Amino acid sequence: MVKKAYLRERFFPHLWCPGCGHGMVLNGLLQAIEKMGLSRNEIVMVSGIGCSSRITGYVDFHTLHTIHGRALAFATGVKMARPELNLIVPMGDGDALAIGGNHFIHAARRNIDITAIVMNNRIYGMTGGQFSPLSGEDVRATTAPYLTIDPGFDVVELSKAAGATFVARTTTYHIQQMSDIIQQAILHEGFSVVEIFSQCPTYFGRKNKAGDAVDMIAYFKKNTTPIGSTAKKENPDLIERGVFVQKEKPEYCSQYEKLVQKAMKGR
Amino acid sequence: MSGNIKFIQGNEACAEAAVYAGLDFYAGYPITPSTEITEFLASRLPQIGGKFLQMEDEIASLCAIIGASLTGCKVMTATSGPGFSLMQEALGYAIMAEIPCVIVNVQRGGPSTGLPTHGSQGDVNQARWGTHGDHAIIALTASNHQDIFALTVEAFNLAEIYRTPVILLLDEVVAHMRERLVIPQPGEMPLVERLKTTVNEGVDYHPYLPREDGRLPMSDFGGPHRYNVTGLFHDMWGFPSSEPRAVHGLLRHLVDKIENRVNQLARYKEYYIEDAKHLLVSYGSSARSARHIVEKRRSRGERIGLLELQTLWPFPHEMVREKCAAAQAVIVVEQNMGQILQVVKLAVDQPDKVFLANRIDGDFIMPSDILNILRLIQGKGV
Ligand SMILES: Cc1ncc(C[n+]2csc(CCOP(=O)(O)OP(=O)(O)O)c2C)c(N)n1
Ligand code: SF4
Ligand SMILES: [Mg+2]
Repeated sequence: MVKKAYLRERFFPHLWCPGCGHGMVLNGLLQAIEKMGLSRNEIVMVSGIGCSSRITGYVDFHTLHTIHGRALAFATGVKMARPELNLIVPMGDGDALAIGGNHFIHAARRNIDITAIVMNNRIYGMTGGQFSPLSGEDVRATTAPYLTIDPGFDVVELSKAAGATFVARTTTYHIQQMSDIIQQAILHEGFSVVEIFSQCPTYFGRKNKAGDAVDMIAYFKKNTTPIGSTAKKENPDLIERGVFVQKEKPEYCSQYEKLVQKAMKGR
Repeated sequence: MSGNIKFIQGNEACAEAAVYAGLDFYAGYPITPSTEITEFLASRLPQIGGKFLQMEDEIASLCAIIGASLTGCKVMTATSGPGFSLMQEALGYAIMAEIPCVIVNVQRGGPSTGLPTHGSQGDVNQARWGTHGDHAIIALTASNHQDIFALTVEAFNLAEIYRTPVILLLDEVVAHMRERLVIPQPGEMPLVERLKTTVNEGVDYHPYLPREDGRLPMSDFGGPHRYNVTGLFHDMWGFPSSEPRAVHGLLRHLVDKIENRVNQLARYKEYYIEDAKHLLVSYGSSARSARHIVEKRRSRGERIGLLELQTLWPFPHEMVREKCAAAQAVIVVEQNMGQILQVVKLAVDQPDKVFLANRIDGDFIMPSDILNILRLIQGKGV
C-alpha cells in the first residue's frame, strides 16, 4: 500500500496504535510525493512532538524531529538557508495550534514556502487523551471529565486570517482527495496549510464513545462535504472540505533575495 | 591596517567577530542589552549574502538557527536574560542533537524582567544548568572588545569542533561600552570549518557514530545522505532509542566530549600570579575593575595578582586549583551572589581562604568595592 521506496524499513514497526489515522496520513502524503516524482534528497520533513510527529522517523527524507510546537520555527531556518528544498511539516493539533500557535500564525504571515499539515485528531494522543484547542466544546478528555467548555479554533479561518496562501481541509476517509491536496500544497509557492481530520480511536474514540477506527472514519464521511455543495446548504452543520484558498502572493525567500540585491547595491 | 581599527560597542565587536568567523545565518528577537548585535547583523548579513531573520520570539530564533545549521551554515543568535530563559528547551535540543551554534547572552539584572539597562553576571549558573537533564556545556566570556572579538571567533570554532552549542556570556557593561578594536586581517585568526563526512553517496552514513577522536562528521540537509535528527535519545542513525546501552552511551558521549577536554577548553589570562599573596579571580566586565586594582597595587609593590577566566564552563578546576595554591587569600570578583565563588571553593584546597567581592545592585563593580574586601581580609578595616 505505502510506497516502500520512501520508507525507512529499518525503523518499523511504527508506534501508532491499530486504526490510528496518522498512518493513513503518511500513506496519502507518500502517494502525493510519488505522483510528483520528487527525489528523496529534495525533501526535508520537520516535525515537533506528538504521535503525529513521529511520522518523520519513518520516511527516508532529511528528517528533523524537534520539540513540541516548534517545528515551523526549525523549518523556517532550513527553508531560509536552502530555499530550493521542499519543506513539509506535519504537526499534531496541539503541537500546531496550542504550544505552536504563535509560530503557526507567523509562518503564515511571512508566506514562507512550507507545507504545513495539521493531523487533527482533536486530542492529545501522545500524552494520553487531554483536550486540545481543536477539540471544541462538549468533548470528553482526561482533562475535561465534565466535557470541554473551550471553543475550538477553525484552522481554515485562522490560516486565512494569518496570511496562508493555500488553505485546505480533508480527512482520512478521503485518501484520494488528501493526496491530491497535499500535492497541490507542495507545488504551491507560499505557506500552505492542509488540515486533515485524523482519528485517535485509543483516546478520542474511547472517551467520546465514538466507536472504533472504522466508525470514526465513517463519521468523517458523513459529517463533511465538498466546499459549496448543496448538502452544505441543506445542512449547515456539515464541515466543508477541499481547497479554500489558493492565491499568489510574494513568497518570503524570494522577497529576501530581493532584499539582498538591495543591500548589496547600497554598499 | 588603519581601516581595521574601530571605536565601537562591545556588541558590535561581537557581531563583527561573528562575521569574521564566517557567520552565514542569524535569527534573533530584540532585547536590551543585546539588540545592537541583532541590528548590526540585520544590516550587514544581507550585504554579504548571509541570512538574517527577525523571528517571533527567542524560542523561534534558536530553533531557526538550529535548522539552518543542519544545512551547513554557521549560525548565531543573541539575547539577554528573559530571552535566554525562553531558549532553554531548544538549547537542550541542540546539545542532544549535537548541532553547532553560538548563543550570545548579554546579561542584565534578573530575575524576571529585572534590570534591563543595568549590568549583571547573574546568568552564569543558568548557562550551566538552565536546560533540563544532565549535560555539558561550553560557556565563554570576555572583559574587553579585543577579547570579545577573539572569544566570539573561538565560540564558532568550538561549536564546530565539538558539535555543540557554545554560549557567549557577555554583560551589559562591556556590551555597551565603546572602546578600540583592531579587526584582524582575514586569515590572521584560525577558523574551524564544518567537518563533513567523506562517506560516499549510497554508503550507509551514521550521523551519530563518533570517530575515534570523538568528533562526528556531518552531512548537510539537502545533501546525499538522509538521516534523522531528534531530541530523543537515539542510536547511531539518529533513530529514537530507549535501549539502556544506547542511552548510557549517548549521555556519556555528550558529557565526556566536553568535560574530558576541560584543559584544552580552558581560556584565561593571568596577571602577576606567581608571587601573589592575594589573588583576585574574575571575568567579564568585573575583571576590568579587578585588573585596575592589581595594576595600581603592584606599582606600590603589593603582591597581588589576577586570574581572569574566559572559559566559565566547563569550569577549569585543575587550573584554578594550581593558580590559587600559593595565595593566602583568593577573592572572587563578580556581579552576582557568588556563582563562580562556589565553584572556586570546590576547586581549591582550602575553601576557607576564598572570599567574595561582589555587587548586586545593578551598579558596576568599582575598584573601591574590591578594595574594601581586600582591606577586611588584610585586617585593616574599611
Ligand atoms: C514543552 C512540552 N510540553 C508538553 C509536552 C508533552 N506533550 C507531548 S506530545 C503533546 C501533545 C500531543 O498532542 P498533538 O500535538 O495533538 O499530537 P497527537 O499525539 O495527538 O498526534 C504534549 C502535550 C512536551 N513534549 N513538551
Ligand atoms: S494514541 Fe491516538 S494518536 Fe496516538 S497512536 Fe494511538 S491512536 Fe494514534
Ligand atoms: Mg492530536
